[in-house]
Amino acid sequence: MIWPAVIVGSLGAYLLKLAGYVIPERVLDNPRLQRLTAILPIALLAALVGVQTFSTGSAVTVDARVAGLAAAIVALALRAPFLVVILVAAATAAVLRGAGLAP
Amino acid sequence: MSFGAISVASGLDVWQTQFLSLGMFTGASQFALVGILGTGGGALVAVVTALLLGARNSLYALSLRSFVTTPHRPSIGRTMGQAQLTIDETTAMAIRYPQGSPQARHAFWATGIAIYVLWNLGTLIGALGAAALDDPRTLGLDAAVPAGFIALLWPRLRDRSTIALALVSAAVAIALVPVLRPGLPVLSAVLVALVAEHLMARRRA
Repeated sequence: MIWPAVIVGSLGAYLLKLAGYVIPERVLDNPRLQRLTAILPIALLAALVGVQTFSTGSAVTVDARVAGLAAAIVALALRAPFLVVILVAAATAAVLRGAGLAP
Repeated sequence: MSFGAISVASGLDVWQTQFLSLGMFTGASQFALVGILGTGGGALVAVVTALLLGARNSLYALSLRSFVTTPHRPSIGRTMGQAQLTIDETTAMAIRYPQGSPQARHAFWATGIAIYVLWNLGTLIGALGAAALDDPRTLGLDAAVPAGFIALLWPRLRDRSTIALALVSAAVAIALVPVLRPGLPVLSAVLVALVAEHLMARRRA
């Protein structure tokens, strides 16, 4: 099911971009819709952070990823670039696991 | 680079990973799609989440109409290319300049083409690198996925209300993990966002 998701997702994402250029302006010129679209990424990204850090399948879990997330937040607060943030998180989790300090 | 590595670590092959960077070309949606597929969230939920994250590009396109488009009717080919390059970064660069000015157009196209090339090269390098490893988990690549999401979220946390929205969205999604099928808890964020929008509208009224 990976290829269908990749193809349909890519096509859909492109059509969303194109829609902003070809749909009549007044359809998208709705303050409620605009506010919702603006805050939706915040809610979705935060939910993804939560679920991908604190769960495995259907279980809520605490493991090395939590330390990785904490390290990522410190790196972001220090204005580290995107790739550094990710490397810091991965390295933190890997070191804790290697030392047997976290599952 | 990070997207390529994370995508391959999530179980996509190098071709699928590269297809996303060429075709989808919007970072948050790409990370969401592979992150959800990699944690067994199901293809449908992965696509829906990716598209909900991509909906903001429609609004960027709407505002870029007056910024980047020439006064005379643009060609279909130009609009189609412009659509693919409509993302956070190109919008941010274009709207620094006066509406409809040549500088705005130049900033949009130069930024867009540069990012498109670099993003795809980086994806390829990261994907090939990760494909050469045996067990991504020992390297902490499962911790890299949420780090990618927090890095994408960080610049959007501008004030107390956006931070509150983020914390509530994360808490609700985690609370629903034992109850819903894997993947679905993330979509609870849509309901949280609807409630937040309602509260914002009431406060404004």
